[in-house]
Amino acid sequence: MANDELSEKDLPEDVPAVKRWTSGLVLLGGLWLFSMRFLKTLARPPYEFKEIVRQLNAIGFRSLSLVIVVGIVIGAVLTMQSRPTMIKFGAEAYIPVMVAISSMRELSPVLISVILAGRVGAGIGAELGSMRATEQIDAMDVAALDPYKLLVFTRVMACMIALPLLTIIADLVSLVGSWFVERIESGMALSHFIQTVINGVEFSDYLPGIAKTVFFGFVIGIVGCYEGYNSTGGTEGVGRSATDAAVTSSLLIILLDVVFVKVTLMLWPY
Amino acid sequence: MIHPFHHQKKNGTNEEGPLVRIEHLAIAFEKPVLRDVSLDIHKGETVAVLGKSGSGKSVLLKLIVGLLVPDAGKIFYRDKEITSMDEFGLMEVRSNMGFLFQGAALFDSMTIGQNLDLFLVKHTDLEAPEREKKISEALEMVQLKDAIDKMPSDLSGGMKKRAGLARAIVIEPELILYDEPTTGLDPLTASSIAELIVTLQQRLGVASLVVTHDLPTAFTVSDRAMMLNDGYAVFEGEIEKLQHSGDEFLLEYLAASRLDRERHDKLVQIHEGEQHPAPEQNQEQNGNRQPAGPKPEHGQSHETDKKVLT
Repeated sequence: MANDELSEKDLPEDVPAVKRWTSGLVLLGGLWLFSMRFLKTLARPPYEFKEIVRQLNAIGFRSLSLVIVVGIVIGAVLTMQSRPTMIKFGAEAYIPVMVAISSMRELSPVLISVILAGRVGAGIGAELGSMRATEQIDAMDVAALDPYKLLVFTRVMACMIALPLLTIIADLVSLVGSWFVERIESGMALSHFIQTVINGVEFSDYLPGIAKTVFFGFVIGIVGCYEGYNSTGGTEGVGRSATDAAVTSSLLIILLDVVFVKVTLMLWPY
Repeated sequence: MIHPFHHQKKNGTNEEGPLVRIEHLAIAFEKPVLRDVSLDIHKGETVAVLGKSGSGKSVLLKLIVGLLVPDAGKIFYRDKEITSMDEFGLMEVRSNMGFLFQGAALFDSMTIGQNLDLFLVKHTDLEAPEREKKISEALEMVQLKDAIDKMPSDLSGGMKKRAGLARAIVIEPELILYDEPTTGLDPLTASSIAELIVTLQQRLGVASLVVTHDLPTAFTVSDRAMMLNDGYAVFEGEIEKLQHSGDEFLLEYLAASRLDRERHDKLVQIHEGEQHPAPEQNQEQNGNRQPAGPKPEHGQSHETDKKVLT
């Protein structure tokens, strides 16, 4: 054997751990290149608007009921949990503002995004994975139909549009949930609740929260598409793509949130 | 020959010469699949690529359309090297090719009509009524006119292949690539698909590359054949000369195929004895089924096939 060749004894002892790390790096590199291709496609109109609208319906409209339920629960639970402590500090009147700020800044954007990473991200991963397994993506390639533009770009765009809209809805319904609990507990009038929220919430409370969901939408779309588009191993690979899409995008959303919170606090310090 | 479709293509090439030229192609995945394969495909001819499973037949097709990049060797389409083309160059070349995938690869969220229309919208400047006419003509050629509004999931395996074939021909390709067109089908449907390939080749005059491990299909459809084994072409030439090559692997392959062929003939005899069409045949409205054999010229019988195979 030549001196520059590797033998098995040269490999690190913990090969599975090395493989995990390298596959993580491969995933990040692949995602980066896949995202750059999105930017290239963005700079190359025309776009498939019909397909984007169809995806908006599949991704956004069909997630609406889930988002409304989650939003109401966020507001109601937050109110119930914080109420005893707020009363203890004599700050009962600030409950509506506290709920609004918590929901708009963090809870709605992150919770809705993570939930949709499961529902939408896994769905996209499975759909594209199954198209890859049945050679439909190859068929598009061969027919010069640009599968990236038709399948990936449209889904990512739909996610980027749908996520902020769904988050705004979740913000609003969380206030409804909060008011409902307040009404039962203290008999607070709706007009008083709304007035308190309007007086207490500022521009910097709702805009960054909504803005970051555009990026979370991008993450859900691009990771789901990446996993499905590069799916291997037939039907078994389809399941793996769906699971990996949900897990990877949820993790990336949570990590990205740390960066967004830091940037928000730098731009709008308390 | 009169082409049934006459519409303006967005991209077209008119130069003369071999349509596809493959030079010393090699590719390896975990182990070498193709080691040194060369082949020319001329306008209007049908070439069969034979070989056992895993011999790199489908890989060869994917290399020709640029879905895979070879480790060594070159592929030319009308003297343009496609192995070094970027995505946009490949798109232009691919617009002159039709591809029938093993599982037909129909887009399952669209009807059969929409599957065909998507290709026409992309590759032609035709208005909706003209496109509808072309779709209707293409489906009629594969005897699937009634399936225009059906979803792929509503079709049988043989009908899906026919629909895939209609989608491949609707854009008037110069070259049609068939990936195992008869695999997974019963012998009667397989025979009808092989026959359809011959009919389309005669009517449209396109060049075809048929990848198959099914020898009767190869004899029915092709003018020339190439046999792959262990990454090399162990035979390349007129299909009738296949049995004279003297290659050990090839003789073994022919012997195994002859046994299959005998089983096939027996089934046909039983079927004809019953004097009524099989359900699949009925469903697909097959016309004149013929036994597999060398590609017939007009008025020529298939008897020669039996001579070659026995």
